[in-house]
Amino acid sequence: MEKRELTCIQCPMGCAITVEMENGEVVNISGYTCNRGKIYAGKEVTNPTRTVTSSVRVTGSAAEQMVSVKTKTDIPKDKVFACVKALKGVTVQAPVRIGDVVVHDVAGTGVDVVATRNA
Amino acid sequence: MAEKYDIVIIGGGPAGLAAAAAAYDAGAGKILILERDRMLGGILNQCIHNGFGLHTFNEELTGPEYADRFIRQIEERKIEYKLNTMVMNMTPERVITAMNREDGMFDVEAGAVILAMGCRERPRGALNIPGYRPAGIFTAGTAQRLVNMEGYMPGREVVILGSGDIGLIMARRMTLEGAKVKVVAELMPYSGGLKRNIVQCLDDYGIPLKLSTTVVDIEGKERVEGVTLAKVDGFGKPVPGTEEHYTCDTLLLSVGLIPENDLSRQMGVEMSPVTRGPVVNESLETNLPGVFACGNVLHVHDLVDFVSEEAGIAGRSAAEYVKAGRGAGKEAGIPVLAKDGVRYTVPSTIRPEFMNDRLVIRFRVGGVYKDCYISAYIGSERKIHRKCRIVAPGEMQQVILQKKDIEAAGSVENVTVCLERE
Amino acid sequence: MVDVTIIGAGVSGSAVARELSRYKVSICVLEKGEDVCSGTSKANSAIAHAGFDARPGTLMAKLNVEGNRMMEPLSKELDFPFQRIGSLVVCTDPEEKEKLNDLLERGRENGVEGLRIVEREELVSMEPNISDEACAALYAPTAGIVCPFMLNIAMAENAAVNGAEFRLNTEVTGIRKIEGGYAVETNHGEIQTRYIVNAAGVHADEIHNMVSADKIHIIPRRGEYLLLDKSAGSHVHSTIFMLPGKMGKGVLVTPTVHGNLLVGPTAQNIEEKEGTNTTRGGLEEVREKSARTVKNIPYREVITSFAGLRAFEERDDFIIEEVADAPQFIDCAGIESPGLTSSPAIGVMIAGMLRDKMGLEKKDDFIAQRKGVLDPKKLSREELRDLIKKNPAYGNIICRCEMITEGEILDAIHRPLGARSLDGVKRRTRAGMGRCQAGFCSPRVMEILAREVPDLTMMDVTKCGGDSKLIVGELKDRL
Repeated sequence: MEKRELTCIQCPMGCAITVEMENGEVVNISGYTCNRGKIYAGKEVTNPTRTVTSSVRVTGSAAEQMVSVKTKTDIPKDKVFACVKALKGVTVQAPVRIGDVVVHDVAGTGVDVVATRNA
Repeated sequence: MAEKYDIVIIGGGPAGLAAAAAAYDAGAGKILILERDRMLGGILNQCIHNGFGLHTFNEELTGPEYADRFIRQIEERKIEYKLNTMVMNMTPERVITAMNREDGMFDVEAGAVILAMGCRERPRGALNIPGYRPAGIFTAGTAQRLVNMEGYMPGREVVILGSGDIGLIMARRMTLEGAKVKVVAELMPYSGGLKRNIVQCLDDYGIPLKLSTTVVDIEGKERVEGVTLAKVDGFGKPVPGTEEHYTCDTLLLSVGLIPENDLSRQMGVEMSPVTRGPVVNESLETNLPGVFACGNVLHVHDLVDFVSEEAGIAGRSAAEYVKAGRGAGKEAGIPVLAKDGVRYTVPSTIRPEFMNDRLVIRFRVGGVYKDCYISAYIGSERKIHRKCRIVAPGEMQQVILQKKDIEAAGSVENVTVCLERE
Repeated sequence: MVDVTIIGAGVSGSAVARELSRYKVSICVLEKGEDVCSGTSKANSAIAHAGFDARPGTLMAKLNVEGNRMMEPLSKELDFPFQRIGSLVVCTDPEEKEKLNDLLERGRENGVEGLRIVEREELVSMEPNISDEACAALYAPTAGIVCPFMLNIAMAENAAVNGAEFRLNTEVTGIRKIEGGYAVETNHGEIQTRYIVNAAGVHADEIHNMVSADKIHIIPRRGEYLLLDKSAGSHVHSTIFMLPGKMGKGVLVTPTVHGNLLVGPTAQNIEEKEGTNTTRGGLEEVREKSARTVKNIPYREVITSFAGLRAFEERDDFIIEEVADAPQFIDCAGIESPGLTSSPAIGVMIAGMLRDKMGLEKKDDFIAQRKGVLDPKKLSREELRDLIKKNPAYGNIICRCEMITEGEILDAIHRPLGARSLDGVKRRTRAGMGRCQAGFCSPRVMEILAREVPDLTMMDVTKCGGDSKLIVGELKDRL
């Protein structure tokens, strides 16, 4: 039996979660406060994922030089750098609304990068 | 002639926006938000990372998205605001002098004022770090603005002093944008930031966190060329022989936030030496009648969701004050005492007659405590006794008092919040 | 051929340039920094000393008292902040009280007016925060405080307006004797000149030794300071000195003209001529020694620390003379404390020497008055309203700690010898000098500089010229 101690990163409470595993299979999760924490812990030990946020240049906006962006959902942790790299050189044209897709299917993850600011 | 408003809110960041919407919903008529930046939303605009809104909206948002939710509330309610407007002065009679490009210098009169100016970062000077004073030393927030709002890299090889949340967040940001973050040094034996940020900003990227460590020298005459770290003893003094040199072109500082209370102090608001924010009662009203405070100007928060919640109380209290003269500020309340490991509480007095059914008391502890209890006493009766595996100064705590319990207790001398072993 | 080349645009060089620009003469000022006032003149105690310290008969004694007398009228003429707040040399050991009398006598001999000894009771009423050990003090009502940047910049600007040419970022690398004068070699070409004034601060020995066999040796003497927030600015009301020692006047505690509290300096001889780093020991020493004269200094209000260098020369006096084996080469060297106070008198003295040697005539069109960066805080409500209507930039606060407007920053950039860096803006307007130490305003000031200065982009904006760039690239540029 393998035990993994995690700090949940789903919200600022930072619950200390214990995952018990056997032969790579999760057999028990304890210490979480909410369901998000339970899901996080299960994923973190098998297929860890992260939401990526960054900023890209915007042209044609009176006020803004940059538009902040995020992956619409979390992506595999090992794709994080590939995702940021895929944003290199990306420029968006104003007007941009929150939720507008900036890059489709980033780094082959199937996940879109969307704007998180209006400009 | 000074224009008259029911409520004037100083600051259009998360606290000011939530206070304005809540005041409107509680029936306040003429509300004005004065914001010094070119847009509403305050510091959230540069906090492009996710993790906001879980408590408020039950979904995970980035800072600008969270701000947008509240900005839309302001727009929907047609609440008036002025951008690029700096408040220059406020009087205890609530006459506010402000300035901007369009109106020049102007006065407004407020039935109630809500202080929501937020906080600022502690600069290097406050730390007495010796060495040269070259370019390349930034507070984490300044670097965050340059990176996220303007798209510039302030450095390539980075050492971060202080493990406050903005510093941790910037460690990840700079790493993702191509910089090498070599180490985060923290003077205290514990981190000043949230645990989750250590996991997802440092551990994820293999950035070491060195506790009980500080910067003892900065090299480079024009641009930073390196820094020297050293371990500190129990009194924060560097221990000779523990020096470690790091080559870098950038030193980011994330060494604490200070509520921005220059205006409050000037107008005569009583301050807490612990929080460096106003002393307030259960309605978040200061010693000056009709002057309320919320958000980071009151005490520095970790979590914007709690700022919004707190600001809602200030907004509703201010609306009540204007409507009914409620909470004229002079009645003495029951003092809330912070004891045994608890550094302060907000509020610091309670007037039961003005209490809502439940009252959130927020506080921080002075050190790291394991397996302890957070307790609250009404008079001598223990009403709350909550076991905690660990509490730390970096994470704000709260207890919730019930109005009925206070009323049932009759005339008590004080309320106490403390840590207990058992 | 230029008539006079002044090496160094610190407070001495700028004073010489300004006084000399009264005459019909061509003037070139060479400054290796990116701005005037970027060496010793920018980091010091900001004091207009009364003049009782220097040994009677020295140039220091004479020029200090003269400079002190000139400071007030000059501050009006050139529009820089100066306040005559008086100084107190505090004695904390009854056995040393005699030393106060010695200083008093010396001061009288030097021509300092109004000196008197105050006993403890009066001292406490003057300065409630004076140390409990203080038993008496020498009071010098003529002492004052001045803004060193604004004094230096004012003199330089006025010299420029009157025709002096300033070449910044220009470092002297060699000097050759040529027919009728000298060829000054720099990193930006050569300048032929009849006369040279060597006002190179801590580097004045290097410049001197390029032309003379009679070598001089400047020892940089580092002084470290702590600057406290304005909330601590009225902790003392006059400049508080301790009894002077061999290495100088000891640690002083003084309000500044802008309402901060300044404490320092230490005095440490060092090798490194750009060694303006602070040290842990030095800053601790400042705290420790200040407590001997002033109690309860609120050190949690420290907003910054810095170190300056005094250009100490072994003769322990100002060296202001034509060099014996290098005619037409005039030293203005060893200008350590009280150099700032003396600078107006140094300017007059050297300009006078050159006038006599060169037979210079006064200009008819000399402009004596100079207006500083307009400070909207000094205007009435009505005046301010009109100003903002005319120029809305004065309604836009950029530095929220010091309440500095965009209008002032634009003024600082676009005036003669205008600011080109963050520090240049800071020294002219105080933007970034407040309690947040430019955290909030630096990106905004950078944007204004990049917008206003031709050929300057955000990427090139510096803190203080040279390689002090603030931005190293764009996001993801190395990915």
